[in-house]
Amino acid sequence: MVYDVAIIGAGVIGAMTARELSRYRLKVCLLERSSDVASGASRANSGIVHGGYDPEPGTLKAEMNIRGVEKLFRAAEELHVPCIRNGSMICAFGAEEEPAVRELYERGLQNGVKDLRILSGDEARKLEPELSGEVSLVLHVPTAGIICPYKLTIAAAGNAMDNGVELLRNFAVCKAEKEGDIFRLRAESGETVEARFVVNCAGAYSDRVAALFGDGDFTIIPRAGEYLLLDKAEGGRVRHTIFQVPSAAGKGILVSPTVDGNLLTGPTATAVETPENTEMTPEGIAAVKALAARSVPGVMFSRVITSFSGVRASEKDGDFIIRTSDRVAGLVHAAAIDSPGLTSCVAIAERVAELLCGAGLALEKNENFNGNRPDTEAFRHMSDEEKDAFIRENPDYGRIICRCEGISEGEIRDAVRRAPAALDVDAVKRRTRAGMGRCQGGFCMPHVMRIIAEELGIPEEQVTKKGPGSHILTGRL
Amino acid sequence: MCEKHDIVIIGGGPAGLAAAVAAYDAGVTDVVVIDREEAPGGVLRQCIHNGFGLHKLGRELTGPEYAAVYAKEAARRGIRILRETMVTALSPDRVVTACSREGILKIEAGAVILAMGCRERSRGALNISGTRPAGIFSAGTAQRLINCEGYMVGKKAVILGSGDIGLIMARRMTLEGAKVEAVCELMPYSGGLTRNIVQCLEDFDIPLYLSTTVAEIHGRQRLEGVTLISVDENRRPIPGTERYIGCDTLLLSCGLIPENELSLGAGIPLDGITGGALVDERRETEIPGIFACGNVLQVHDLVDYVSDEAELAGRSAADFVRGISPAGKTLPVFAEKGVRYCLPQRIHAGASAPVELYMRVAQPRERVKIVARSGERILAEVSRRRVAPGEMEKITLKPDALCGAEEICVSLEDL
Amino acid sequence: MKKEITCIVCPMGCRMTAEICPDGPKVTGNTCRRGVDYAVAELTAPTRTVTSTVRLSGGGSVSVKTREPIAKDKIFDLMRILRTATADAPVRIGDMILSDVFGTDIVATAEAGKEA
Repeated sequence: MVYDVAIIGAGVIGAMTARELSRYRLKVCLLERSSDVASGASRANSGIVHGGYDPEPGTLKAEMNIRGVEKLFRAAEELHVPCIRNGSMICAFGAEEEPAVRELYERGLQNGVKDLRILSGDEARKLEPELSGEVSLVLHVPTAGIICPYKLTIAAAGNAMDNGVELLRNFAVCKAEKEGDIFRLRAESGETVEARFVVNCAGAYSDRVAALFGDGDFTIIPRAGEYLLLDKAEGGRVRHTIFQVPSAAGKGILVSPTVDGNLLTGPTATAVETPENTEMTPEGIAAVKALAARSVPGVMFSRVITSFSGVRASEKDGDFIIRTSDRVAGLVHAAAIDSPGLTSCVAIAERVAELLCGAGLALEKNENFNGNRPDTEAFRHMSDEEKDAFIRENPDYGRIICRCEGISEGEIRDAVRRAPAALDVDAVKRRTRAGMGRCQGGFCMPHVMRIIAEELGIPEEQVTKKGPGSHILTGRL
Repeated sequence: MCEKHDIVIIGGGPAGLAAAVAAYDAGVTDVVVIDREEAPGGVLRQCIHNGFGLHKLGRELTGPEYAAVYAKEAARRGIRILRETMVTALSPDRVVTACSREGILKIEAGAVILAMGCRERSRGALNISGTRPAGIFSAGTAQRLINCEGYMVGKKAVILGSGDIGLIMARRMTLEGAKVEAVCELMPYSGGLTRNIVQCLEDFDIPLYLSTTVAEIHGRQRLEGVTLISVDENRRPIPGTERYIGCDTLLLSCGLIPENELSLGAGIPLDGITGGALVDERRETEIPGIFACGNVLQVHDLVDYVSDEAELAGRSAADFVRGISPAGKTLPVFAEKGVRYCLPQRIHAGASAPVELYMRVAQPRERVKIVARSGERILAEVSRRRVAPGEMEKITLKPDALCGAEEICVSLEDL
Repeated sequence: MKKEITCIVCPMGCRMTAEICPDGPKVTGNTCRRGVDYAVAELTAPTRTVTSTVRLSGGGSVSVKTREPIAKDKIFDLMRILRTATADAPVRIGDMILSDVFGTDIVATAEAGKEA
């Protein structure tokens, strides 16, 4: 079979592009090198819906960010992904940083960001009492928000699949050929896929993927960002997302509540050799703690429950690359999508569809398209009375498996059944939060493994943490 | 569905079962135990090693056997145990909300006993550098997988932390054919019982590296090795002391944390050091009618003391239900010089029975005495040849000693 | 033969030195009589109670122990035997799983199976 479009990379951009293309009568496949969607930068980033004050006017970043904010809120609603407009604050510490805040304000106005305000330190502290006394001037961005990046990716991919897109996992494209109008993509596993159009959404690998097509005129500089995630007991420390004045290396260390009620601090910004460099470093951990404490001194780092690092795909010239290849007909790049890529993802997906159309892909409306995805968190948000009635019909929801997050067996089974199916322990964790709480899976992992094994009809020894090679058990006694 | 019961006990481990039996025997027979597992016994069900019960029952039992003694006592009295039922909320006015396959259950309780136990400190909380592969387990998780589920978790292991579970698992992994390369301990002394160091490590020539920690984790999908590093007296890594050990398994035994999320939800004040509720000599928290015992109150090293504490809480809850309240003003108890914490944190001056003060020392010491004072007056003292943080100490205050006492300070002094 | 032994009879953990002399065993460093007994046993015929699990023929496993301590140098031989042993559910605490291995029996330490 020849697909109309093959999308390389099931991060938030690939997944959202897949969903966008599923609005049309197209055969689309989504190729992912890992065993699950959202395995690269979309798994580990700040989860911020940026207001749009930061990108330089006239850049693609500025355009996509401004167009993207409201589109993202709308998509999140359709996909039932929690997204909260908590607002952000960009803080200057003393007179020498204040011009930068004023400059961001001006830039924000130029970009068309609404409701921007400059606040004195004291005014800001009235809204955000835990803010450091050293903060002297603040840019307040009420339109900014927070979202869970991997939940959004999972939901977008799932909705695309509900509308007919195929997801091929463990498909790391290593060779690309073109015969006539048809691309043939070969995976490291030997599998091949044929398609008339290809979209390169390969994140930190997107320059390598471009090179496979003989189109290598941009270079990704992988930059690692390390984060510390804190217990829900710290989740109320701040209400807004607290930034420091950005530098060349990125938007600096933030302190932010998450949609799940935890507190997130980070990221660092360190150039690394390859996108696989997701190690935590002692320097990174120390830097996050020190810089986060500068903004919000009261953060209790004894309540860190986990740390993670994500590698962002930055291009050396700094802007997104969203364009039709000028060398290879039928190839579209959506590459170098670092911040504000999450905010821009819907706008980027729409732009990619336009580019494909411009390149000759016929976009005929899919009358059966349904952009709504069932709420996977519906059970959690029910009242006790509703839960009681629901459990009587579906007893699996009454058996709590993850005691820290209160996740039931029913929800875990759903995660394995619903597209894109969770096939390993980490995938269940990203979908349900089972194992994401303060004990980090200490109690629930054996149960989660059993449920996955039952659902997939495999022996428990074959259940992995995160795909091939990450087996958890080494055999039966 | 809403029910009413005299006493609701949250947790059916050793603490919950002993509390239930004691409350029943004190005359309050309408007792319900709520447990999240498929059978009562709590963590003892996976502690298949022996060494339980010497103090309390006068014989040495394995964990499941010890649990069965109390489960049988509870069953003999017809005490109701709700299995696979998880308490999701507790209110300060003692309404317990629980969830099971049958639905949501609400119980208005005359008294509540917290007996939820504890959890292990996770890898995330330890902030170890490096990758995030499979093959890293908290020691208790590995214990469950091996002893209850019948699976092996690795072939070559390093254990971080010399707490008792880590030591026990070093032996268990070895017996099942794995090679345990080392047990590392951040502190300059082990946190486990001497008995376990001897029988779990020395018996099998497993090295114990003190003042050592894991600096880095290696391996993308499954663990491939760890870098160990020595630390100085301030627990700071010493550059240049790194050494690599190849292994596919890292077990973490780095401390236990009382599981007090429900208590926090009910607004029960906790002790910053024990991580458990602040209680009086009857194990009543600062919210009337809510009692606590076992590892949710303070992490014990001997289950025998858990049972003692739970029986006390059970009797006290029964008293509460029958309207018996303690006499006299409350005297605060403070841990001082060399004592990390002391429990209970407050005592009623009119206590009619002797009050046992449980404590942990801050550092290993030899030839010391534990002294409880009120002002200049010595209320009780006891001498010890050797004390260590890993071994809980206790001292008994006689009721007449409390007479006229004000605040009580407990300290460690040289003999 | 002289041996350093940490006493495990009680939490005190006395560090003892034990030696078999022509006129009988000599133990120093102990603070009570029980230490001497332990040290002599450790020196002459150390024994251990072994705990492990045994597979159930219908799936799952049940925890077991040696009814009495066995010679320390037989632990791994015992483990080899336990690895191939199976028990039939239902099992009650105290049920004999294997008889007469290294001078003792293997008994169940937990209940297993439906009728438990």
